[in-house]
Amino acid sequence: MTSNRVVITGRGAVSPFGLGVDTLIDNIWGGRSGVTIIDDWRRIEGLESYLAAPVPNFDVKKKIPRNRRRTMGPMAIYSTVAAQEAIQDSGLDDKLLRSDGTGVVMGSTTGSPSAYEKFYRRFSPNMVIDQIKSGEFFMMMSHTCSANVCQSLGITGEQWSTSGACASSLQAIGLGTLLIRSGRQRIMLCGGSEEVHHTVTSVFDLLRAASHGNENPRSYPRPFDRERDGVVCGGGSGVVVLEDLDSALARGAHIYAEVIGYGNFNDPEHIANPHEHVMIRAMEYALRDAGVAPAEIDYVSAHATATRVGDQVEAAALHRVIGTEVPISSLKGHIGHTLGAAGSLETIILLEMLKQQEIIPTRNLDTIDPECAKINLIKKTTRRKLNVVLKNNFGLGGVNSSLVLRRMSS
Amino acid sequence: MISEEELRLKTIEVLAEEFELDAEDMTPEATLYDDLDLDSLDTVDMVVVLEKTFQIKMGDEEALRSIRTMDDLHRYLLLLHTEKQT
Repeated sequence: MTSNRVVITGRGAVSPFGLGVDTLIDNIWGGRSGVTIIDDWRRIEGLESYLAAPVPNFDVKKKIPRNRRRTMGPMAIYSTVAAQEAIQDSGLDDKLLRSDGTGVVMGSTTGSPSAYEKFYRRFSPNMVIDQIKSGEFFMMMSHTCSANVCQSLGITGEQWSTSGACASSLQAIGLGTLLIRSGRQRIMLCGGSEEVHHTVTSVFDLLRAASHGNENPRSYPRPFDRERDGVVCGGGSGVVVLEDLDSALARGAHIYAEVIGYGNFNDPEHIANPHEHVMIRAMEYALRDAGVAPAEIDYVSAHATATRVGDQVEAAALHRVIGTEVPISSLKGHIGHTLGAAGSLETIILLEMLKQQEIIPTRNLDTIDPECAKINLIKKTTRRKLNVVLKNNFGLGGVNSSLVLRRMSS
Repeated sequence: MISEEELRLKTIEVLAEEFELDAEDMTPEATLYDDLDLDSLDTVDMVVVLEKTFQIKMGDEEALRSIRTMDDLHRYLLLLHTEKQT
């Protein structure tokens, strides 16, 4: 059976810091926070979390023509803009992009929540469909990001959509890897998106999992910290171009890293509560798939969203898999939890760490929770030889996903 | 009562905004599909916008299908508006 090697040749990002990978990287390396307070949410009865890391407004008319944009909610717009950047970065020409060897897999937690709200505000009170626009369904459908990216870019290869909550876009990279390995596709645009919306934060708050650090937004969320109190939802999109190694070499494309392992296991014990042994299974499978030993891991980009239970369980699982020495950090303190975009946006930052040979510490980690203290949590920017790195993302509903990347030597 | 010219200008204004068109291109002879580059989804939205603007119902599918140009549209809207007044 064919097993092609898979590499990453392009990156595109829309993040709480604005448009572009460079903007994201500059702000992450600057140690800044994308979290802000949304005062308008104070009017929502029962909601006690007013924190979010939204994408700043930008002029989309210059980036996406109207007849493509009319079916896009914010998350599909972010996906398309990030995909455009990733394609340019990868140097894909139109012929290759539109060939049937190039596909797309994009994830998100749901369809556009703002589109849902608009639709049902009109529809539900009096059960009428008058005044509902033609594009609204296409914003709401669960594969709105992949569909709109494919339409905008003229994709003729395979279209897939992953909906694995907070692991959606790591699953997208995992699935893209499998499709290229198997020879079904030569190139896959992979990633995910999310938009900040009060209904999303409300769901986390009612599950008692949203941060209430409203008085000091930039000090939250606090992954692995003793004072952590929950997630801060963020928005954006990350897209990477996965490519068959031979294709990338033939084109002379820049190669950021090789995707060498992927693990993806379900946890049937509880739809919301994480369990250490399933995280371990995902990480160990990813390592076996990569053909590397735990001792070869140079760094782990943790999922760590700053929930009380999630961080503790992940720390315990990491301790079991990689021990006490391997550096670990979470990027949620900078950009919040971008949910469906988290896996791909954080992977893009991870690729930059590989490039710069530098580890970004967990922002807002002041006092390590004793329950998380058995692992090597990084508190300051650290230069280190990075060759093989592990990326975790876990999602509500039992999704446990791990990815292993290796730096490409010239 | 809105005049024929006011109705024509208002139609151009709201459709120019909805579909990001240049009002100067929306001449009476301009075809909706070819010249103005609208499609079937746009037709749905055009009806939504015009029904709201003029407080009318554009439910006659056959009449809608026969509209090719801006002038056809103006005439149909004028007809509906006149029927509404009577």
